[in-house]
Amino acid sequence: MTKIKRGYSKPLDLKQGRVDMSHGSGGRSMVQLIAELFAKYLGNEYLGQGNDGAVLPAPIFNGHPGRLVMSTDCHVVSPLFFPGGDIGSLSVHGTVNDVAVMGATPLYLAAGFILEEGFPLADLARIVESMARAASEAGVPVVTGDTKVVERGKGDGIFITTTGVGVLPDGLELGGSRARAGDVVIVSGSLGDHGVAIMSKRENLSFDAPIESDSASLNGLISAMLATGADIRCLRDPTRGGLAATLNEIAGQSSVGMMLHEKVIPVKPVVAAACEFLGLDPLYVANEGKLIAICAAADAERLLAAMRAHPLGREASLIGEVVADDHHFVQLTTSFGGKRIVDWLAGDQLPRIC
Amino acid sequence: MKYIDEFRDGELAKNLALSIAAEVQAGRNYSFMEFCGGHTHAISRYGLSDLLPASVRMVHGPGCPVCVLPIGRVDMAIDLALEHGVILCTYGDTLRIPASEGLSLMKAKARGGDIRMVYSTIDALQIARDNPDREVVFFAIGFETTTPPTAVAIQQAEAEQLSNFSVLCCHVLTPSAISNILESPEVRQWGTVPLDGFIGPAHVSTVIGSRPYEFFAEEYRKPVVIAGFEPLDVMQAILMLVRQVNQGRAEVENEFSRAVSRDGNLKAQDRVAEVFELRREFEWRGLSVVPYSALKIRKQYAAFDAERRFEIDYRSVPDHKACDCGAILRGVKKPQDCKLFGTVCTPENPIGSCMVSSEGACAAHYSYGRYKDAA
Repeated sequence: MTKIKRGYSKPLDLKQGRVDMSHGSGGRSMVQLIAELFAKYLGNEYLGQGNDGAVLPAPIFNGHPGRLVMSTDCHVVSPLFFPGGDIGSLSVHGTVNDVAVMGATPLYLAAGFILEEGFPLADLARIVESMARAASEAGVPVVTGDTKVVERGKGDGIFITTTGVGVLPDGLELGGSRARAGDVVIVSGSLGDHGVAIMSKRENLSFDAPIESDSASLNGLISAMLATGADIRCLRDPTRGGLAATLNEIAGQSSVGMMLHEKVIPVKPVVAAACEFLGLDPLYVANEGKLIAICAAADAERLLAAMRAHPLGREASLIGEVVADDHHFVQLTTSFGGKRIVDWLAGDQLPRIC
Repeated sequence: MKYIDEFRDGELAKNLALSIAAEVQAGRNYSFMEFCGGHTHAISRYGLSDLLPASVRMVHGPGCPVCVLPIGRVDMAIDLALEHGVILCTYGDTLRIPASEGLSLMKAKARGGDIRMVYSTIDALQIARDNPDREVVFFAIGFETTTPPTAVAIQQAEAEQLSNFSVLCCHVLTPSAISNILESPEVRQWGTVPLDGFIGPAHVSTVIGSRPYEFFAEEYRKPVVIAGFEPLDVMQAILMLVRQVNQGRAEVENEFSRAVSRDGNLKAQDRVAEVFELRREFEWRGLSVVPYSALKIRKQYAAFDAERRFEIDYRSVPDHKACDCGAILRGVKKPQDCKLFGTVCTPENPIGSCMVSSEGACAAHYSYGRYKDAA
């Protein structure tokens, strides 16, 4: 019997190589990409099962099956690498936060990648490595995934979709419809950092003090907040559309209004300056590591103290109140001494001409 | 933020509000038009009118470049992008202006037009350099503030022999618009728009200076106070206007002396004169056809004139019948007087151009001030 020689497979060229159509075609190249890149960085016991899906233990809470929270988020950011993060870390933070603001403990992530033919493997490795770091910091493993390759010109380098699953403690009900007149509005820190970091990179603007994205997983901060037992009505992460969109959403869901106070809304001076420059309003700019809490007024101090004790909540600030208002307006007392609406954004924020 | 916070200080605002309240005379009303969209925006965004006595009314003027651009001009830009296949570069706000057939530049982009938002003419020139095989057209809109950069871009393109670059020139002139308002029957004959004075443009005046307004002050007996775009500038200007009215003066005063001189920026004016000449007439949204109110590119630079290069003609298109933008731009009506306001016409789905830019009277009132209508 002749002995069949073991074929030599050349390792992925993570320095000069590029994604080609074969990486998505179901053959050896695809297996190699998964083994030498995805499994290498993201590997864990569930991903290692190598099946079409991951078999996971049912989440147990207090000895019985807990309620699941599931959320999904698509990431299409440009540029892919920005000060303070990249699409990889962002795709973990975004979904972990969406699960965590429901009050749940995030447990697992699934990740789908759409790669464009020609995308440098070195960039892909950098992104997946960053994703792995973010997942490990958040304590949430990526347990299953998928990769597709589209022809050159049919994608924007890389798109990542992540789905997260978490378990919700008994009795905890957080939701946008639970805000009541008299509640307070708390924000965990300075607004607009992420969006401005992205836009200044896009516009090639540099500042003396660099602006970094705030992209971070908030599950640690949230579990510290929940541990206080404060009567939190709702948590949200103000991503697209910023603080303004999030509060308008809650005001609508709860049929209430809000009154904010510009003076106490934290915005870093360099972010405020960049917004002046780019013609943007920081209240409408995206955040990726901040949350908004609507909380019973009586528990506000307790909650703020717990938030400020956490590294991601040091600049937490009480920025306004929930008020009765049939029109569900979010209003703002300006530092100047007047009043105005903080409305939904109409389309994209576009810079004014004059 | 240094050099910004000083002009938005709430304590100073309170003091100015007290001075204005002390200055206004009982039984007398004061109507001032802020010409510029920049002022309209500042008034709405900072809630400035909350600090004014009830007898002081601010009328929003036509100085929003997006708002006065007629449908036909946007149609030309869309035509260039969709039919001529050019890369059309435009300032941000312009993307949403409603045009014919339910289109806007943003919608034309979704239909495959290569339309790109730029922050300056420098970006447009760079796009032309980067795409030597494509025609690149800069959609030049705006008052005297944005005109010099367009002039410089055309001269730069000529110096570099950038033959794929051209400009669709829609630059308009502030003084002609002010004359048009002052000559309108609502102001002159019928007095339906009481106008006691103007807050003069900020950025425009850095270019043209304060001298051009002297004619209005003298000829029409209307005080003009040139003011910066920060809210304290506007408050200070209102105080100065109230004082002029009370003292029976009609002069040009300059609150924005940190940036505006009597003669303006002569170098910029020279560049503009080298590249542009007056158009015999130009259609404005709201003001209709105003003679000698806009600029066109001189023959010498015809190679960079998109209208000549692509042989496209302006075709006037009437506004939506129920839209009151015209009356609002002339100060005859308030946004909330329009039947469409806040119902079919919203910032998401603007029918008229005043609902497009946050400088526009309708968008500013909708986005920042409509809670007042609810009260």
